[in-house]
Amino acid sequence: MIHSTKGKAALGAALAAVLLTAGCGGSDGDAAADAAAYDPNAPVTLTVGTFGTMDFDNAGLYDEYMKLHPNVTIKQNNIAQSAAYYKSLQTRLAAGSGLDDIQGLEIGFVADVVENHADAFVDFAAEDNADELKGSFYDWKWGQASTEDGKTIGLGTDTGPQAMCYRKDLFEQAGLPTDREEVGKLWPTWDAYLDVARDYQSKSQNKFLDSPASIFSSSVYQGETAYNDADGKPIPGESDGVKTAWGYASTAASEGLTANLSQFGDEWNAAFSNGAFATIACPAWMLGYISSQMGDGGAGKWDVASLPGSSESASNWGGSFLGVPKDGKNVEAAKDLAEWLTAPEQQVKTFVEAAHFPSSPKAAEDPEVVGATNAYFSDAPTGEIFGKSAENIKRTPIGPYDTQIQEAFTTALTDIASNGTAPDAAFGNALKVAQQAIGG
Amino acid sequence: MTIASQTPRQALHGATTAAPPTAPRPPARRRTSLTRNRWGYAYVAPFFLLFAAFSLYPFLYTAWISLHKTSLSNIGGGTWVGLDNYRALLQSEFFWNAARNTLTIGILATVPQLCMALGLAHLLNYKIRNRTFFRTVMLMPYATSIAAATLVFAQLFGRDYGLINTLLEAVGLERIDWEAGTLSSQVAIAAIVTWRWTGYNALIYLAAMQSIPGELYEAAEIDGANRWKQFLHVTIPSLRPTILFTVVVSTIGAVQLFGEPLLFAGNGTTSGGSSGQYQTLGLLMYQQGWSNFHIGQAATTAWAMFMIILVIVGINAVISRLRTRAER
Repeated sequence: MIHSTKGKAALGAALAAVLLTAGCGGSDGDAAADAAAYDPNAPVTLTVGTFGTMDFDNAGLYDEYMKLHPNVTIKQNNIAQSAAYYKSLQTRLAAGSGLDDIQGLEIGFVADVVENHADAFVDFAAEDNADELKGSFYDWKWGQASTEDGKTIGLGTDTGPQAMCYRKDLFEQAGLPTDREEVGKLWPTWDAYLDVARDYQSKSQNKFLDSPASIFSSSVYQGETAYNDADGKPIPGESDGVKTAWGYASTAASEGLTANLSQFGDEWNAAFSNGAFATIACPAWMLGYISSQMGDGGAGKWDVASLPGSSESASNWGGSFLGVPKDGKNVEAAKDLAEWLTAPEQQVKTFVEAAHFPSSPKAAEDPEVVGATNAYFSDAPTGEIFGKSAENIKRTPIGPYDTQIQEAFTTALTDIASNGTAPDAAFGNALKVAQQAIGG
Repeated sequence: MTIASQTPRQALHGATTAAPPTAPRPPARRRTSLTRNRWGYAYVAPFFLLFAAFSLYPFLYTAWISLHKTSLSNIGGGTWVGLDNYRALLQSEFFWNAARNTLTIGILATVPQLCMALGLAHLLNYKIRNRTFFRTVMLMPYATSIAAATLVFAQLFGRDYGLINTLLEAVGLERIDWEAGTLSSQVAIAAIVTWRWTGYNALIYLAAMQSIPGELYEAAEIDGANRWKQFLHVTIPSLRPTILFTVVVSTIGAVQLFGEPLLFAGNGTTSGGSSGQYQTLGLLMYQQGWSNFHIGQAATTAWAMFMIILVIVGINAVISRLRTRAER
């Protein structure tokens, strides 16, 4: 009896000791020494932190790299929601440990990393091949991941040049043209687009577009500024992009020209296959989302036309980067992999395999990209459409609170459409919510 | 969430206080020396170590952070601002909006929930067939995860494709945009809470009811009281301590309401509806800390919630003390 008591007690003490020490095993690898002794052929395991569907795995890039470099093993740690990914990245940056060798950085939070954690990442602008690297990306893409003093903490993966997706079958029923050239000519401007919406709804039971957010989130980037001034300081109340985008979107909301769905919500997802709306502003990555929501039944129903106002200014929504944390154990090997994954040739492959539009003009000009068509979207020449859009994107300054500010405005637009709130009052509410997110 | 982790412990406590006459008196504690018990300390040590690491330390750290202006990615640093966060919180319309919503959703959820639980317990107290079956069924919602329940309810309450609106339309009523309106969204969320907790409270009431001596009912019957009168004048007064306990526990749960309003939005936003119409204090705290990354602000809100709960528990203590004094 006594014996077993002692045994249990010892077990308890051992357990306690394990619990106490478990939290203390920090990473004490000597990064500098490792870097100095970099041997490109030494066996190494690299971890890549990704979110959502970055699709390096689906495009077969990891396998290809491991075949080219038999000493390298790549492990991907994917988190489905980018918001959840960002939270864990932030806590790891704060703790200075637990980071992957390569970290994906979404446009929604790259500005925060640029502003507050640039020192934690490798500066690609200081690399020996910096000029070559820089030259392979769109200027605005390179700029988004660069600090004011010229450090560049991430290499671009995909971008989100925008177009307007529309339902050919519903357009036909309402007596509108269905050819993508003609459809594009229907809406040279957002005002013209709203007129088409009014015309469509006089002839159809369905709403013209999915949500006021669809207009807002795409037209806001057509201004000189979106949510920030040139220094990246948030100016949601004064920005020209916000003002014009709000004008169009709040008109659509108060006139009931949208199905008033919350983007990425359950009802929005269900509405795709129910044909509840005829148009939706679509960044390149949205095409994959639409086809996955509608399944095979939606093939051939959709087509892609140009975004209203795109002859003046194109618009970019989304896109990502790859950064290499400075204190990792395999910094040199990780840099090689990050540079390879974001090189033009690989961007072409990711576009062909997974429809992520390149952030490199070299890749965008590749015949495989230019000539690409999307069978699901009525064989639309998506490579050409999005390529033209990407060329015309100007560098709208991004800031650390873009996601929150955008959500404040799109939420207020929903309020106009569902509760009849006056647009001016809703704008005031949105500013307060945005201010709460920025300040504090 | 804390609701789940707290209630069983307190329920146990409540059950014993609810049935003091039948509970055997604990044996007088044997005097023991510290050395004799040293293995006992080793046994309980893991709990206290875990408690210190995952409850006490975060508790104190939250207080420390609430005095700083800092962000999630700079959690170890930040600038000392003293009580500024608390001042800002009390002046913030978002805080008062959330406090108001928490109160109204709390009332909408707690009152019907406890009334229905009382009625159900009364019915289950009769000798009916398959009693165990009914009792088990009642506890099922409590065993369902908040996330699963809320996702199902959010679909039921959907505007365009929700079952409830389809039914409303079928009987010739107007569809309701449940999420958009203040009252409608709060009623919908309160319905989820009520669904989950009614059975749980009913079982607590039932346990207490079974400890009411049968003689009381016999005496009442001899005096000519019918079933309803018996319920009113025998059952309810005997249950008073238990009712007070469930009110306190439900109120604490209501103050901390978080999962339901977060998942009810359906797209992961933390604003609690298009005009914050169902943003609770818990959701506001989450928005400040995990959407806006102002961790100092969020810690302040957490402490404000803790204070509110302390006040509620304090009121409870005062009421029960007054009651015991009155009974003497």
